Amino acid sequence: MARAITSQRKALNTALAWGVGLLIFFPILWTILTSFKTEAQAISDPPVFLFFDWTLENYSVVQERSNYGRFLWNSIIIAGGSTILGIIIAVPAAWSMAFVPSKRTKDILLWMLSTKMLPAVGVLYPIYLIFIQLGLLDTKIGLVIVLMLINLPIIVWMLYTYFKEIPGEILEAARMDGATLREEILYVLTPMAVPGIASTLLLNIILAWNEAFWTLNLTAAKAAPLTAFIASYSSPEGLFYAKLSAASTMAIAPILILGWFSQKQLVRGLTFGAVK
Amino acid sequence: MGRIVLDNVTKSFGNVQVIPPLDLTIDDGEFTVFVGPSGCGKSTLLRLIAGLEDVSSGQIRIDREDATNVPPAKRRLAMVFQSYALYPHMSVRKNIAFPLRMAGMDKAEIDKRVENAAAVLNLSDYLDRRPGQLSGGQRQRVAIGRAIVREPAAFLFDEPLSNLDAALRVGMRLEISELHERLKTTMIYVTHDQVEAMTMADKIVVLRAGHIEQVGSPLELYHTPRNTFVAGFIGSPKMNLIEGPEATRHGAHTIGIRPEHIAVSPTGGEWSGVVGVSEHLGSDTFLHIHETGLAETITVRAGGEVSFRHGDRVTLSPRADVIHKFDAQGLRQE
Repeated sequence: MARAITSQRKALNTALAWGVGLLIFFPILWTILTSFKTEAQAISDPPVFLFFDWTLENYSVVQERSNYGRFLWNSIIIAGGSTILGIIIAVPAAWSMAFVPSKRTKDILLWMLSTKMLPAVGVLYPIYLIFIQLGLLDTKIGLVIVLMLINLPIIVWMLYTYFKEIPGEILEAARMDGATLREEILYVLTPMAVPGIASTLLLNIILAWNEAFWTLNLTAAKAAPLTAFIASYSSPEGLFYAKLSAASTMAIAPILILGWFSQKQLVRGLTFGAVK
Repeated sequence: MGRIVLDNVTKSFGNVQVIPPLDLTIDDGEFTVFVGPSGCGKSTLLRLIAGLEDVSSGQIRIDREDATNVPPAKRRLAMVFQSYALYPHMSVRKNIAFPLRMAGMDKAEIDKRVENAAAVLNLSDYLDRRPGQLSGGQRQRVAIGRAIVREPAAFLFDEPLSNLDAALRVGMRLEISELHERLKTTMIYVTHDQVEAMTMADKIVVLRAGHIEQVGSPLELYHTPRNTFVAGFIGSPKMNLIEGPEATRHGAHTIGIRPEHIAVSPTGGEWSGVVGVSEHLGSDTFLHIHETGLAETITVRAGGEVSFRHGDRVTLSPRADVIHKFDAQGLRQE
């Protein structure tokens, strides 16, 4: 028998869900609100929530002081480039793991994932030295490669999971119908995996966009993305909370908007295969 | 043309040999059924012919040409899968057209062939639907449509009816048989259902553990099974196999007698026993007779009108001319 949920209970659940949602969203909301305050209001005690003198001054100061456009462009290139490169490499890898697995496939998958458990700082030194050797320090291409490598295990894992859901017989049918390997991947596998590929793409753009450790350590001025833009406002000489908040808001706005419009796709992609 | 020859073909997965050396010839236009219990290697054999699995050794020839290392796409064979394996993101029309598109055929010819196939298979009204919007029987017809449009050298069917309900299965069985009559193309059909094998095949290949136990027409297998395995597998209900003194009396290690070759009467028969369960099918009654001293149960096929009850003592009269004799190895004695 299906469990009956009373309307009272439903209302309670709804309220609880909203509560949790707001709690998670609150820091972002607070940052956005703070960006419209004056520096004095930003650190006032008790803090003001909504009733303050709204000002755009922080934004104009931030605009004056740094070139937002260049940071944004770097972020787009680094996040987009590393994700697309990662997917191009991961599709054939995930195809072979899902459809022609070997005895070691499971081990390789786990080994790839284990690299995510390594503290990034543990390999900072060697990577830094390699970057100096190869002249990749403070270059976009260098960051594209590093972020692609960092997210590759996740991309392969996600695509592997989606591909696993596709019955092998359908690909065999394509083979019997005269499709070459290229046609099989292009006309049958890829269209069937579109929801999965799309959500992998979105999630990895978000991960790469928000990645701070490598982008801060491997860039100086030329290739610095928005993470470095935010960091430049947390100066040791004294914090300017309102300006820091304005910079943060400007940095997260693009990805927040992308996330908002693709949330359906993201949720569907992340729960893909959970319900048949 | 579609003559398929397997020459000394073997298949191993790791250290396990699932197909020991095997020879088989399937003539052009023949409807051949591979039948056997699950795990007997019949599907593996079909996949070897299709090219979806590589042979470990031996040769496969299609129309005299060595196809052993030819990829599945180039073997000119069409396959219908148990799961239908339709492309879920394409309409029925695109599903059926897919092999033609892969062959690079021009659009007008593709359309003509798809319309023809759809008309033959009663799918004309469904061409713009997706596979997900069709019933099981319709999906199976789309899969068959996709196979027939390209006019292959041979059709391979891998248990195509096992996902359908019983009534639909009988209907599709007839449709496939009629298709074969019309196209006269070689068909290889894998099933574990001996009724499908008997009703559809020109030639049945009975397999057990990768070995061919017997090859022959349905009636050859029914009348002269080569060993006790084939004897027990072909025919429904199963042949009664009797060992011990009664078999020795007939000069054999085991004797076999089909349920339809035993007459049952209240008195006067050769053997006697007690009626257990009676299965009334209307046209026939299957009686399960116990306490005969011959085997645990003797199955008898009687007319639909018999009315023996559970626990009745009856006598049985086997027809002497249709008693099958087998030796200690289970092989047929002439």
